Amino acid sequence: MTNKLEAERPLSPHLQIYRPMLTMMMSIAHRITGASLAIGFALLAWWLVAVSMGPEHYECVQSFFGSFIGRALLFAFTWALIHHMLGGIRHLIWDTGTGLDKGTIEVFAWATIIGSILLTVLVWVIGYHRMGGL
Amino acid sequence: MATPLKRIRGLGAAHHGTETFWRQRLTAVANVPLVIFLIWFVVSHAGASYDKVRECLANPVVAVLMLALIWSAAIHMRIGLREIIEDYVHTKMCKTVSLMAVTFFAALVGLASTLAILKISFGS
Repeated sequence: MTNKLEAERPLSPHLQIYRPMLTMMMSIAHRITGASLAIGFALLAWWLVAVSMGPEHYECVQSFFGSFIGRALLFAFTWALIHHMLGGIRHLIWDTGTGLDKGTIEVFAWATIIGSILLTVLVWVIGYHRMGGL
Repeated sequence: MATPLKRIRGLGAAHHGTETFWRQRLTAVANVPLVIFLIWFVVSHAGASYDKVRECLANPVVAVLMLALIWSAAIHMRIGLREIIEDYVHTKMCKTVSLMAVTFFAALVGLASTLAILKISFGS
């Protein structure tokens, strides 16, 4: 009885029903970057704790972050952080009630994508430059 | 229908009003300059020695900004992760446990980072 009622009640369509759109993908990306930054936060905590514990622990953490996997992870987290930050600024602008028309949301979406990629590359170029190249 | 008293209290169905929404926005605003500071700090210490990194983290201005970032980000993260669970996890037990886990995780990384900054600052 209950099962039948549950099956027949109208269900609101979910993601797979809609044609993928840029703004929808941005919304999903905002969530995914936000959730993945939880792991980034744990890595930051690990790094800070290692600094507080002494040079040996710090060396251990640095050798991980210096490895190929470590650097790839840090690069991904840099992008996720900047993307989530720019996406967040977009949301803060929307909170004021401005920038909600169709044209502007597309501009915001592209600005977030291009801006996050450019800033991530810029941050890493400066980082490698400071370290004296690759 | 909302009674006049309900409207005045403005707390809505969850009885918490817009508190969580507002806290998420408040921490979001705080996180923007603090995250820029974090990126600047990490980039400017790329390849630096242990002593140099430790010395810089012990600087009171750096330590306060780091603590602010840690707390603001931990609160922001807890709200965001809870929102995701509330949206996708519907089994009562599973939902309750994951919501608790999120709070424990936020508290753990927040406290560990805080202790690390304090240890570095007080030099013990």
